Amino acid sequence: MSLLDIKGLGITFGGLRAVNEVSFSVNPGEIVSVIGPNGAGKTTLFNMISGVYLPGAGQVVLNGEDVTGMRPDLLARRGMSRTFQNLQIFQSMTVLENAISGYHLQERGPVLADLLGLPSSRRRSKAAEEGARALLARVGLERAAEREAGNLSYGALKRLEIARALALNPKVLLLDEPAAGCNAVETEEIDHLIAEVAKSGVAILLVEHDMKMVMRISSHIVVLDHGEKIAEGDPATVSRDPAVIAAYLGTEAENADG
Amino acid sequence: MSELLQFLFSGVTVGAVYALVALGFTIIYNASDVVNFAQGEFVMLGGMATVFAHAAGLPLPLAALVAIVGTAAVGVALNRLAIEPARGAPVVSLIIITIGASIFIRGAAQLVFDKQIHTFPAFSGDDPIRILGATILPQSLWVIAGAVLVFVALWLFFTRTLLGRAVLATSNNRLAAQLVGINTNFVMTLSFALSAGIGALAGVLVTPITLTSYDVGLTLALKGFAAAMLGGMGNPKGALAGGLLLGLLEAMTAGYLSSQYKDAAAFVVILAVLFLMPQGLFGRKSTDRV
Repeated sequence: MSLLDIKGLGITFGGLRAVNEVSFSVNPGEIVSVIGPNGAGKTTLFNMISGVYLPGAGQVVLNGEDVTGMRPDLLARRGMSRTFQNLQIFQSMTVLENAISGYHLQERGPVLADLLGLPSSRRRSKAAEEGARALLARVGLERAAEREAGNLSYGALKRLEIARALALNPKVLLLDEPAAGCNAVETEEIDHLIAEVAKSGVAILLVEHDMKMVMRISSHIVVLDHGEKIAEGDPATVSRDPAVIAAYLGTEAENADG
Repeated sequence: MSELLQFLFSGVTVGAVYALVALGFTIIYNASDVVNFAQGEFVMLGGMATVFAHAAGLPLPLAALVAIVGTAAVGVALNRLAIEPARGAPVVSLIIITIGASIFIRGAAQLVFDKQIHTFPAFSGDDPIRILGATILPQSLWVIAGAVLVFVALWLFFTRTLLGRAVLATSNNRLAAQLVGINTNFVMTLSFALSAGIGALAGVLVTPITLTSYDVGLTLALKGFAAAMLGGMGNPKGALAGGLLLGLLEAMTAGYLSSQYKDAAAFVVILAVLFLMPQGLFGRKSTDRV
């Protein structure tokens, strides 16, 4: 049994079958990438796995438990954390506060202790702040800690979202286009970060358009086209797969010479 | 001199009530960006329910407790039955829903209770306390103490507790709040319960002075809204300051101009604030990313 099992997941919007019968699984320490042309259903698939959409069919099994359509906050408690392609950041908080928010579940204590400012409560918030600062340093944002998040660049916010997701200490991490909007240097940094996180035993599910990055870091690739899984395998196999090449480049004309 | 002091006393008393209503606005606004115009009805329910529970034989403190808990339940029901089903609708639609809810609650109160004007005995008697030639009712002190106490508790709640910050996070970005594991449904339930409970407390405290009937809620909601706007929507400090300022302004208008213009003061304040400083005294300037 894998850590995360996707079984026959599907959803339709109106008459449109956005995702159909997609199955695959992710193991601890593995980086599984979901790729496909624009509109292939990658983000929709992510939204179903992370409880933002309720799937029309199929199952999401996390650690042996059926978590299909479970609310994001309950998934967070079970060790699933994610980032968004279009960012879900607390815009009016500082960068540090955003990172600290990732410690919400670990920082919880009696409300009364918080109200009275008891040492136990102060210790918890101090631990959260230290953890958050360390994570910001890890994604290269330590110098922006006190700035309001809304004023940061897109690339910086992407990294902030990764830091916040890591603060939850997840078992499964879903990253939706983590390198989008980042320059080459930043992309490489994110590369390293993802590889490092995976090495620590976290299962990573990745949607990414940067093919170089995908080929470099993925241990397993799932290819979607028009909501269907058309191929699956290691980077070398997938990049040679005729169906994949056809989906990305279109089929070669039958009579090229005619 | 004693005249001014007298106006001050009555201004602070009324202002404390407005502050309590404004604090109620603050909580729901903080959790959901919704301005809850049914807030005044919570005050009415607190007073009316206490009257009827007391008349039914309960001792006054118990009657007040029943009224506050009951009103908090009405607040939770308002969220579950009217706000939550419309989740995702624009904030303006949600605000209109709360106006509808306030009309509904007023109508229901007319049926469940009656259309008479009611009161119950003041907590510490009716003998005015003389200070420098002016007088203040003991019940006024109760009202002022209630407002200050609620303010301090809320201030600590929002700045110190994780739960309070979870409420702020929920209003800032609901999905992001869920991502970090905040149970946003619970946050919403809690906010409506707290807000309604505080409204009801205001009703309980003020009824011996101003009397109550099924239709006192509307004016209170508008005055409380003016107070919250003046102080800066969403900030407990602003709600307290705005409430007291508005109360004083009203008392001075009534004292030095004419009591007929008393109610106009609040509406002049709303207009002035909206035109000149929409973020209020303590409100944060909103920076929208474009």
